[in-house]
Amino acid sequence: MNALPLSRLHSVLLKGEFAVTAECGPPRGANEEVVKQKAQLLKGYVDAVNVTDNQTAIVRMSSIAASALLLQIGLEPVMQMVVRDRNRIALQSDLLGAYALGMRNILCLSGDHQAFGSQPDALNVFDIDSTHLIHTVKTMRDEGKDMSGYALDKPPRMFIGAAANPFADPFEYRVVRLAKKIDAGVDFIQTQCIYNMDRFKKWIHLAREEGLTEKAYILGGITPLKSSGMARYMKNKVAGMDVPDEIIKRMDNVEKKKAADEGIKICLETIEELKEINGVSGIHIMAIEWEEKVPEIVKNAGLKN
Amino acid sequence: MIVGEQKPVREIIDTIIRYKKLLILGCGTCVKTCFVGGEDEVAALASALRLALKQEDRKIEIEEQTVERQCENEFIQEAANAVARNEAVLSLACGAGVQALAKRFGDTPVLPGVNTTFIGIQQKPGLFTEECQGCGNCVLAVFGGICPITRCSKKLLNGPCGGSQKGRCEINPETECAWQLIIDRLTLLGQHKNLRAYIPPKNWQPSISGGPRKYIREDHII
Ligand code: SF4
Ligand code: SF4
Repeated sequence: MNALPLSRLHSVLLKGEFAVTAECGPPRGANEEVVKQKAQLLKGYVDAVNVTDNQTAIVRMSSIAASALLLQIGLEPVMQMVVRDRNRIALQSDLLGAYALGMRNILCLSGDHQAFGSQPDALNVFDIDSTHLIHTVKTMRDEGKDMSGYALDKPPRMFIGAAANPFADPFEYRVVRLAKKIDAGVDFIQTQCIYNMDRFKKWIHLAREEGLTEKAYILGGITPLKSSGMARYMKNKVAGMDVPDEIIKRMDNVEKKKAADEGIKICLETIEELKEINGVSGIHIMAIEWEEKVPEIVKNAGLKN
Repeated sequence: MIVGEQKPVREIIDTIIRYKKLLILGCGTCVKTCFVGGEDEVAALASALRLALKQEDRKIEIEEQTVERQCENEFIQEAANAVARNEAVLSLACGAGVQALAKRFGDTPVLPGVNTTFIGIQQKPGLFTEECQGCGNCVLAVFGGICPITRCSKKLLNGPCGGSQKGRCEINPETECAWQLIIDRLTLLGQHKNLRAYIPPKNWQPSISGGPRKYIREDHII
C-alpha cells in the first residue's frame, strides 16, 4: 500500500480511522443543483462520496462532471468508471482529464449490462474488463505510462478502488478474484451490500488467511432497507444480492410506518458488527435515493461526531 | 456452423412485394442444419408466401431451388438459369451466402430471408447456442475450452462478475454464466493456476474491430 496519502480518503485509512463513504447518483438531466443538494446533505458525515457512472445502464450526468461538482462544494469524490460504455482509449483519456480536474479516487467496475437499463438497444463495449482497468490506472500512477507504454507528462496519481461481491457465486472463487484485483493494483475495496453477515464473515476470514486484508482496505457495503417490499425486491430482482429470510421477516413483522426505522436499525446493527471485524477498515453506505438518512446513520453509529 | 432464424413472413412480403417472379434459393449446409434454409424450409416458405399473397389478391410466381452451399461459386453456378428466369432472389442462406449471390449475379436484386445470428452448435435437438465470435486469436486453451468473449455477457477475461448466481448469468436466468463453466472445467482439468492468473487485455486487431478481414493463401492462388 502507498505510504503517502493519494487522497483524503486514503489519509483517513492510513491513520487507521474507520472510514465512511456514501454514494451520490447523478441526475437524469443536466441540473447541477440536484447534485449539489444531494451532496450537501452528506457534508461533514463522510470521508468521500462515490459518484456512480450511468448506474443500471441508465443515461445520467457523467460521473466526471458530477464529481467535479462535488469538488466545488468541498466534498471528495470517488469517481466510478465502468468499462461497459468506453473503450480503452476513452477510459484512459477520461482518467487523465479527471485527475486534471482534481479527482483523486477512482472505483473501477465492469458496469451493469445494458439489458437492465433504459436503452437495451445500445451496443456495449467491454474492450477491457474491470481488472484491466485497475491495472491500467496503477501502471499510469506507478510507472507513469499509458497502456501503449507511452511515458505520460504528469501521470495521474489515483487511489484505486474496486468492488467485491462476497455474495455472488461461486463462493470459493470470490476470494481468488479479490486476490487478482489486488495483484492488479487495487488499494481499497467496497463490497456489495451486506445482509448475510455469516457469509460476509466467511469471506473476510478467507481473505484474511490469504493476507489480502493487509494489502487492501475493505469497506463493507451498507444499504438501509426502506420497506419489506424493498427487501423482497433486493432479494429477488437485484443480481448478486443476498437478503436472508430473517431480514425479510424482520421487515415484514413491523408496521408499515415503522419499516423504515427497522431498516435503519438493521443497518446500525450491521455497522456495529463490521466495526468489530478484523480486516474491515470502514463502511460504504449506499442509501439509494435516501441520502438524507446518511447523517442519521453515521451519527447513531457513533462515527464522525 | 452458422446459425440463423427465418425473418417474419410479413417482413419478407414487404421486401418482395414489387416482384412478379421470385426465386427462393435455399442452402443445404449450415442453415439446413438449423432448420431455416434447406429444401423443406424453402418449400414451406414458398407455400406460406403464395397463400398470404393470394389472400391479399396479389399475383406472384415463385420458383424454388436449393444448392449445396450458397457461399461457394461452384455451387451457386447451379442456380444461374433459375436466377435468369426471375426478377429477384430471396436467399435463405446466411449473410455470406446472400452476398456471394449478389457478387455472382450483379444485376439481380438479392434479398435476405434469414437473420444470420451466430457461429454455434446444436447443443441438443432444437437448441442452438452461440460459441464463437471469430475474434481472430483463439484463447480457448487458457479457459478450459469455454469462450469468455462469446459466452460471458461482459466479455470478461478476468471474471466472473458480481452478478453470477447459481451458475446463471445476471442478464438472464436462462443463460449459463460462462465463468461458472470455466471455473468448473478448469477445476476438473486440474488447471486452477489459470484461474489465479491475470489475463491481460485482448488485442482486438485480428477481430472485426481491425476492419473487414481477409485470409490469403498464396499457395492456393491461381
Ligand atoms: S477465443 Fe475467439 S476464436 Fe476462440 S472461440 Fe472465442 S471468439 Fe472464437
Ligand atoms: S454472470 Fe457470468 S456470464 Fe454473466 S456477465 Fe457475469 S461473469 Fe459474465
